[in-house]
Amino acid sequence: MRRTLEKTGATVLQWLEHTGRMFNLLLLVSFELLQPPYRLYPVVRQMYFIGARSLTLIVVSGLTIGMVLGLQFYNILQRFGSVDLLGAGVSLSVIRELGPVMTALMVVGRAGSSITAELGIMRITEQIDAMDCMAISPSKYLIGPKLLAGLISVPLLTMVFDFVALFGGYFVGVVMFGVAEGSYVNGMIDTVEWSDVRIGLEKSLIFGLLVTLICCAQGFYMHLTKAGSQGAEGVSSVTTDAVVLSSIAVLYSDFLIEALF
Amino acid sequence: MDKLNIQLVTGIFVLLGIATFTYQAVSIGGVSFSEQAGYTLTARFDSISGLREGAVIEAAGVRVGTVSAISFDADNYQAIVSLRVNEGVPVSEDATASIRTQGIIGEKFVKLSQGGFPDMLGDGDEIAATESAISLEELVGQYIFQSEAAQ
Repeated sequence: MRRTLEKTGATVLQWLEHTGRMFNLLLLVSFELLQPPYRLYPVVRQMYFIGARSLTLIVVSGLTIGMVLGLQFYNILQRFGSVDLLGAGVSLSVIRELGPVMTALMVVGRAGSSITAELGIMRITEQIDAMDCMAISPSKYLIGPKLLAGLISVPLLTMVFDFVALFGGYFVGVVMFGVAEGSYVNGMIDTVEWSDVRIGLEKSLIFGLLVTLICCAQGFYMHLTKAGSQGAEGVSSVTTDAVVLSSIAVLYSDFLIEALF
Repeated sequence: MDKLNIQLVTGIFVLLGIATFTYQAVSIGGVSFSEQAGYTLTARFDSISGLREGAVIEAAGVRVGTVSAISFDADNYQAIVSLRVNEGVPVSEDATASIRTQGIIGEKFVKLSQGGFPDMLGDGDEIAATESAISLEELVGQYIFQSEAAQ
């Protein structure tokens, strides 16, 4: 009984410590980024990796989700004889909810996991310690560009996703089922307001920061957890944790934002 | 992949993102950078139930402006609605502003009916004749209580 309690307590304390470290890292990196020298090329490189190379995935998944939404909404709305609302339904759910969340989850799967693995391997092969010895701040050099790139790329990807998903819904509704083009497009324009687009943008900014921060911290602080002494196996378990944790963080913060604003 | 290529691809990605964002903000979200020329009229209503800021103003079914602000007059217990009417749409002094619903469950909008006076209203003037929002529940309620009182 006592041992179980002690074990639970230790786990909770570990998680709290880890959360604290993560936000410490965020503060440290943002402080370091404000100080010269400013280097832009690493940010561009990371944007290429996180953003540009995710484009294909985002376009394909956006198109699929838009088409699925179009089909679903069409089937439901048809029962009530209000197919005219198809454009409104698809665009509102994509721009407010699905766009930011799905994009963030895709980025977690494609870029987040490899960020954690990269930093984790650098940690266990002592490359990060070597940088420390050379008086290069590893947090500024390694994590700074990734955080900035995530903060910029995820909103941009979200916008591309939204656009493609709207087109997917249009394709299913107008081209396949023959919903009047005017009612689809005007329904979209009349229902969606600037505040909806803004909330989607704000969500994607927050998700971009959360995802990259969690994935960076998991790999960077790998040596402080149990996985640090397990070598390659440790890297794989830390990567899994990073993906699970950041997915949960995205979904839960989505709920929080939606409830608060 | 060499440096130039990475920058080129990233640049294309950024431009694509900004372009799609602009499309959403301007075309779908309805953000306009230049405010359309027009003038503001005010109108007092006993009830505007359901009317929101940004609602449409129609004259003869054509969109001629938007509701720019809604405030509450505590002294008279009335709603003061600011109507932003587009340039080139004259509103006579005895025009009527009424709150109507698009369809049965649609959005509320303000309907302007032109009067017969030759003098037109200018910026900041008040439309004197107004018709409040018609609430189906209230009508039903009135009918029931009136018939009860008659018995």
